Amino acid sequence: MKRFWNNFVKYRFLLSQLTEKDIKLKYRNSYLGIIWTLLEPLLTMIVLTLVFSRLLGKDTQDFPVYILTGRLIFAFYQNATKQALRSVRSHAAMIKKVYVPKYMYPLSAVLSNYVTFLISLVALVGVAVVRNVRPTLWLFQAFAPLLIILGLALGSGLILSAAAVFFRDLEYLWGVATMIIMYASAIFYRVEDVFSESNRWIFTLNPVYACIDNFRSAVFGSPMNLNATIYSAAMAVGLTLIGCIFFYRNQDKFILHI
Amino acid sequence: MADTSLIVNNVSVRYRLTEEKVDNLKEYVIKLVKRDLRYKDFLALDDVSFELKKGDRLAVMGKNGAGKSTLMKVVAGVLKPSSGNVTCCGNVAPLLELGAGFDMQYSGAENIWLYGAMLGYSKAFIKSRYDEIVEFADLGAFINSPVKNYSSGMRARLGFALATVVEPDILILDEVLSVGDAAFKKKSEQKIMSMFDKGTTVLFVSHSETQVKNLCTKGILLDHGKIVFSGTAKETAEEYSKINGK
Repeated sequence: MKRFWNNFVKYRFLLSQLTEKDIKLKYRNSYLGIIWTLLEPLLTMIVLTLVFSRLLGKDTQDFPVYILTGRLIFAFYQNATKQALRSVRSHAAMIKKVYVPKYMYPLSAVLSNYVTFLISLVALVGVAVVRNVRPTLWLFQAFAPLLIILGLALGSGLILSAAAVFFRDLEYLWGVATMIIMYASAIFYRVEDVFSESNRWIFTLNPVYACIDNFRSAVFGSPMNLNATIYSAAMAVGLTLIGCIFFYRNQDKFILHI
Repeated sequence: MADTSLIVNNVSVRYRLTEEKVDNLKEYVIKLVKRDLRYKDFLALDDVSFELKKGDRLAVMGKNGAGKSTLMKVVAGVLKPSSGNVTCCGNVAPLLELGAGFDMQYSGAENIWLYGAMLGYSKAFIKSRYDEIVEFADLGAFINSPVKNYSSGMRARLGFALATVVEPDILILDEVLSVGDAAFKKKSEQKIMSMFDKGTTVLFVSHSETQVKNLCTKGILLDHGKIVFSGTAKETAEEYSKINGK
């Protein structure tokens, strides 16, 4: 454990370099640069609001805020896991040449997406002000879902990055899986509008939805769902633990397959 | 012992791979169901042991596929041996395929930070040596353009400058003494020679007998993952030419 920690300290500069690289390169050569982190969720929010408020016939004042909260959290989970999944294989050239703790690659992929996610929350503040959603003391709860979703992304990312070394088609399978998670996250509809009471159990199983739901509670000023918080926190810790063990057990074999 | 620099102790590397390369889930499941997953064992290194003292310069010779590069990867810590162990006293600088780890989108300057971090340098260290690296690589204005626009020689120069800015205790040279144009070649050779003088332990992979005779003190000859000969550099070079002569 001590050796592990010393190694982490030695390579912590690498972690910040890799994270910085991901963020920098994402917006390099684009005219608006980092502003895209704000613009992109806003544009999708506008589209989703237009489509779904018409479709469901309810355009409440705060619906854009509702959509944006869900979309931002889900997009973070989706992008972070997708990039983590590729991370080990995309750094194949380096892994073959220089010894580096290999978990740095999925970890930096998740962290760089987390940083852009946190920046994009500025867009949420803007929309909340325009749509007159006032902050309350409940807002302080937001740290819980924001932390839990990071754990969920990291755990999934570690498992995916290690498994993707051996199975290249995992990327497509995971694409389908994230789509299912998206529909089970109630991003652009309200659960009670679409699903009958007997079918809502699906949502209680989805830890990403638990984070979205709790984050919405914090933003709109109501207490968190305690069961959902405990469940998603347990999932985050469990996935991260499984991810660490799975990654650790397999990392020495990576070099033979990449 | 205080002056021991590198101990390679009964190192074996065994690959266990599927006979046909299966790298996706679909094929894996199909083959699993059809019970068609055959594995074959491949011994890349077979019980290799040697010990180097500080300042020793070891030539590693052998035919293609004899396990030279595998041995270098094990010493560099990139590949974990299936059995046995490697003990290095001090830091290892691998000069393998210079610049292979660069990020193509990043500029040369940015890559100095990234690649430096990858080699385990600290931020303060890179900061203090930054000018030295830039000067040695001698890329002029190119230092600020993306590495994808570099020629392979320029890439190698930057890689060489980065890998050698640290004073390594163990240096791994995998046929890289021919980097860049004539002027840079001279410069890099001088740099390596100055490291030799400082008593750096060197592992040198080469096919050139003259280079081995000139640069190294000891030698081992690998064949099919085994050490078939070990002795002085001169003896090893002669043994190597004997094998090839046959």
